[in-house]
This record gives sequence, structure tokens and C-alpha cells, in this order.
Amino acid sequence: MASVVRKGRIESERWQRLDEVRLAALCAGAEAPALAAESVVLIPLGLWLVQRARLACLALRSAVLLNAEDDPSPLLPHLGAVSRIAVHFARFADGRGYSLARVLRQRHGYRGELRAIGDVLRDQLFYLGRVGFDAFELRSDQDPHAGLAALADFSASYQGCSDQPAPLFRRRAA
Amino acid sequence: MYVYDAIDQRMVDERVAQYRDQTRRYLAKQLTDDEFRPLRLQNGLYIQRHAPMLRVAVPYGMLNSRQLRKLADIARRYDRGYGHFSTRQNLQLNWPRLEQVPDILAELAGVQMHAIQTSGNCIRNITTDHFAGIAPDELVDPLVWCELLRQWAALHPEFAYLPRKFKIGVSGSPADRAATLIHDIGLQAQRSDDGAIGFRVLAGGGLGRTPILGQVVREFLPWQHLLTYLEAILRVYNRYGRRDNIWRARIKFLLRAKGLEAFRAEVEDEWHWSKDGPGTLTGAEVERVSRRFTRPVYRRLPDSGELHRQLAASRAFALWHERNVHAHRVSGYRAVTLSLKRRGVAPGDVSAAEMDAIADLAERYGCGEVRVSHEQNIVLADVAAARLHALWLEARALGLATPNVGLLTNIIACPGGDFCSLANARSIPIAADIQRRFEDLDYLFDIGELDLNISGCMNSCGHHHIGHIGILGVDKQGSEFYQVSIGGAQGAHAALGKVIGPAFSADEVGPAVECLIECYLARRDSDAERFIDTVRRIGLEPFKEHVYGKRRSQGTHRVRALATA
Repeated sequence: MASVVRKGRIESERWQRLDEVRLAALCAGAEAPALAAESVVLIPLGLWLVQRARLACLALRSAVLLNAEDDPSPLLPHLGAVSRIAVHFARFADGRGYSLARVLRQRHGYRGELRAIGDVLRDQLFYLGRVGFDAFELRSDQDPHAGLAALADFSASYQGCSDQPAPLFRRRAA
Repeated sequence: MYVYDAIDQRMVDERVAQYRDQTRRYLAKQLTDDEFRPLRLQNGLYIQRHAPMLRVAVPYGMLNSRQLRKLADIARRYDRGYGHFSTRQNLQLNWPRLEQVPDILAELAGVQMHAIQTSGNCIRNITTDHFAGIAPDELVDPLVWCELLRQWAALHPEFAYLPRKFKIGVSGSPADRAATLIHDIGLQAQRSDDGAIGFRVLAGGGLGRTPILGQVVREFLPWQHLLTYLEAILRVYNRYGRRDNIWRARIKFLLRAKGLEAFRAEVEDEWHWSKDGPGTLTGAEVERVSRRFTRPVYRRLPDSGELHRQLAASRAFALWHERNVHAHRVSGYRAVTLSLKRRGVAPGDVSAAEMDAIADLAERYGCGEVRVSHEQNIVLADVAAARLHALWLEARALGLATPNVGLLTNIIACPGGDFCSLANARSIPIAADIQRRFEDLDYLFDIGELDLNISGCMNSCGHHHIGHIGILGVDKQGSEFYQVSIGGAQGAHAALGKVIGPAFSADEVGPAVECLIECYLARRDSDAERFIDTVRRIGLEPFKEHVYGKRRSQGTHRVRALATA
């Protein structure tokens, strides 16, 4: 059973991916009421940029979907108005999403939810948490309790990062 | 030697616990091979030709005698009684059992050691000059900076899944004994006119199948900005480095594709937001880390008259003194290289008994510290000049006093096809054959300074591109062949060697090297002109002619058609 580790708890709500046909129907206003009851809908960045005004009018909870190769620059001016972003990991060993998260959080000050989806495994969770993800949709075979525990694999870290911008040496001095 | 504090210790302990659990889940088939691979690699564990290989981190090459004894103990109890020092100053164990690796890591943690990030697509062990802190020509002592970098790189959450491995080398001397030009990032510590410490930052160097020397991305980076600036470089690489082709994934390809100016501009842009932020180093932190280093207490020693008498009395001692004893910044002290390049032993290999013996020498003749050099030898850093002769006698009895540092038989070689599953060809028998041919010390000393490097494949762990003579194992229709290049060099005048022609079969390599040497001896303008200088002066042609002309005349050109290099 696929689960989500979010803000120190295990939850069940996963964000929905729709195929292109349903996304088009959604933007045309046909699907929104039904979907709204279900869960948050992932809107790929390209579509979100084009349709964001229309999406805003729908009674719908949505999240911007970023892939590792996406250039987030066109999203940056709207970051303050976005409350949910998902970064999709096609392969857990693709590290681009880590820098993307850090850039969104620390360089551009994104404060909403940042969720890791896709090939998300417990052994990467500690680092993902540090770079700025605060929710993790684990791959369906993963044990959510183990995932939750993995967020505490280390009790200290040397470097500053999104979770704690001050490196250890600044905190040690304090 | 840096001494861990409680937090440093806790981090390596927690790493052991984490890896123990990962190994348990792998053995219980809860982790697939693909899922486990990056986890074990980031703990130094390869799956090799015969068995796993564990690469233990020796941060910037520094070990104390207690750690060396522990490595000997581990080699005996968990391996086959020996280890191999690599060109990146680490120690490799060739026969550990996968299920025992967590126990080995726990043993290492007990002496403030680990195997964190000694492999995998992450920031690897930081390397430096094996004379760091004691070299008379040093502008800046790199050790503290290396430790600051070690802590910053260790378990760095953002850069654990880079496109490819990432190596950082630090030099504090203009002679650059840390090979900074062949690192993904090379740092050359410098002092500005007003005495402030900073770094010239180079990026995009590396060997492998496309050898490239690093380029200067920043001429002088004040030390405060070291970590934030490196993070900016790493972030640009992590986001934009190629991931579709592992042969094009190192940062050197990104730098080449973007061009130096555009790359630099991107790094500056990425740096802009973090510059002067909390990641900026503080004087207090540099001071704190510096204080955690134990430093030798030097006495005021006269430069010994006895030494001069001993040198005059023993030619063998004088030859060793000439090659294996090095200047020290403190009067009356010397650094000594214990050569791990002896006939019949693979370059860099050291037995458990030798490790114990070296630890013992380090305590009795030095300050209990040893350094691993990227030339795969051991350096005792702080030996009183008056005690050199006694040390030499003991080292000679141990077989560690071959007087060949900087000479042809000080061969740098990877483990090659005897151990490594990546290798195309064996390196160890080639090294042994060449060492046998140049065993005569008069001949060896007459030839003078010469770096000879052997790699068993294009991954270039033996750094063949920067050997004055470089030998590369290649596979030709299932047989081992060897490409020979000349003109490479390490140090401040680093250069990449050029291939002299078609590859040689294993038994032709030794004779080819002899031909190169004959040609050099015939063409050098004086005894003072080194092999590399002659190559630079007269070019490749005379060497080619001599090697291949001679081979033709001996009727051994049968392989040429096969071996178009």
C-alpha cells in the first residue's frame, strides 16, 4: 500500500496524475467538481503556465509537477502564489531533483509543500528531507514506517541546507 | 593529525548503523542490486572480479600509527593479510566478505576512520600534497582546509547523486604535488600580496578516456567563500551535467560544452545568492578545526655532522638519501619516503606485517603519523636528520628502502586485470617486468628522474596520461595489449602524454621501454637533462623511430596490423 510521509506523519493521500485527455477536460471545466472531491491533481509545469488563470477559477486543489529536467525559471515569478509543488524522480539515482529543491527553497524562498514523487525510496529520504522536501510519496513497495524512521538516520549534519541553513560550525559556536 | 570530536564520531557511528541495516536488507532481498549499488558504493564497496573490494578513506592521505595498526588488524582478520594504497591516497582491501563489511566499518569507526564516499557518483576523498604542512616551498598549509572540505563534503545531502564521480585535490605549494590539474576541482592555495589566504580554483580536469587539464574558473577566491563557491560549481554540475552517457558525464564535458566563460558566469550567478550567507566560513571555525590537529613538537636540532660522515661512508645509504629523503621546513628534520615499489610486489601493496612495522617506525622515528602519497608510497614526515641512518637500516631490513623515488622503477600502477573487473589488461606483471629490467642501481640513477605510470584500462587509475612514460592496457580482439605514450607530466607543468604508435603485446612492453630509454640516453644533451625535458626538446619522432625501427629490424612487427592504436 502506497503511503505518504508528510510532516512527521504517515498519510494516505497521494496526488493524482492525469493523462492528457483528462487534463484537457479539466482545463475545459468538465472534470473539476468530481476531481475536487478526490485529491490534489498534478498539473505539469508547461500546462500550468498556460492555464494557471483558468485553473485558479476551478474548485480544485492542484499542484505544479516538475520533472528533473524542467527549467523552473518561468515558475519563479509565481512562487508566492503556489502552495504545492511535486518533483518527480524517474530514477532514484537522478540527483537533479535535489538541487532543484534547494534552489526553490533557499534561492527563491518557496514556502509551500514540496513533495517528492516517483522512485522515492527510504534510503534517500534523509537527504531529500535536508534539501527541502517536506512530503514523500513512497514507491508502493516501501514501508512507510521505515521511511519515517529514515528521516532520523543521522542526528547531526555538517552542512547547512534547506532544513537548517546554518552549517554545524555556526550552530556549534552559538 | 585531526582528532574527531563527539559529533564527528557520532556521524561515522550512525553511518555504520545505517549501512548495517542496508546490508541486512540487501541480503534479505528487500533491496535489489540496482537499489543497493549506490548505497554500497558510497560506502566504498565495489563488486570486483574475484570478490568485493572495500576502499577505506584515508582523508588527504593522513594516518596515525593506531589507525595503521587497525588497518593491519582488519587485513588479517577480514581479508588476506594485505592492502593496496591507491593513487587517491586510499587503502583498498581486495578480499572482504560483503556481509562482514558493516563490522569492518565499525572497526574503522573505532579509530576515527570510515569509507564514506570513497566511490559512487559523489564527492570523493579530498586529496593533497603528501608533504602538506612540512614542505619548505609551501605557501599555505593545506591540511586544515582539507579537513574543512572533508566535513563539508561528508554526507552532503545535495550532491550524493551527481552525474558522475567528483574529485577534489588541494595544493599549498606552487610545485603542485597534489596533481590539482587533473581533478574535477583543483584548489591551489595562495597568499595575496597582503598575506590573505585564498585559492585559485580550477575545474574540469580529469583523466579517463578523454584526458583534459583543468581550467581556472577563479583566480583568487578568498578562503571565507570556499564552501559556498564550491557548492555553486557542484550545483551547476548536478543540474546540467550529462546523465545520458557515463563517458560524457564528468564535469569536464559540461565545461567544454558550455565554454569556460559561460560556465564561469553560471557559477557566479548560482553563487550570488549564497555568497556571504551562513555557509561562509568563519575565522573561529578555521581556528577550531586547526586546534583539533595534533602537531609535532619540534626540537631545536643541529644539522648533524654525523649524517655527513654516514653519507660519505655508505654509498647505498647515500643513494637512498638522495632519492627518498626530502627537505623539511624545520631545520634538522627531514621527510622520508618508504618505497612500496619493490621487485616482486605489486606497486602500492603492503602486507599487514609491514603496516605494523611502518606504524612502529612512525612512532619511533616520527611523531606517530604517516602519509600515503598519490605515488602509492608511505611518507614519514618528521624524522630527525641525525636518525636517518638508523631508520634506513631498519627500513632496508623490512624491504622498504628501495632508493627509487622519482626514478623509473617507482612505478605508479592500478591493480589492473589481476583484480579489477573494469581492466582490459593486467598492470602488475608489466610493472614487475619493467622493474626487473631496470634493477641495476647505477643504470637507474644514470637515467635519472622519470615517472612511469601504468593503467589497466581507460579509467586511468594509474594516471598513465601524466607519466613521462605512460602505459595503458587495451583489449585487442580478446588479448592484452599496451599503448605507450610519452611526454606526460604531473605538477605545476602538468601535461598529457602522446601515444607513440601501435600497441605492444605484454612481452614487448619491457623492450619498448628499454628502447625509449636508449634513445633518451643517446639524445640527451647532458646528464642534467631529464627524460621529459628531452622529449619536450626533440619531440616524439626520434623515440618512435627508435622503438618501431628497432622492432621492425627484429622482425617483431607482426602485431602492428592488429594493433592500430
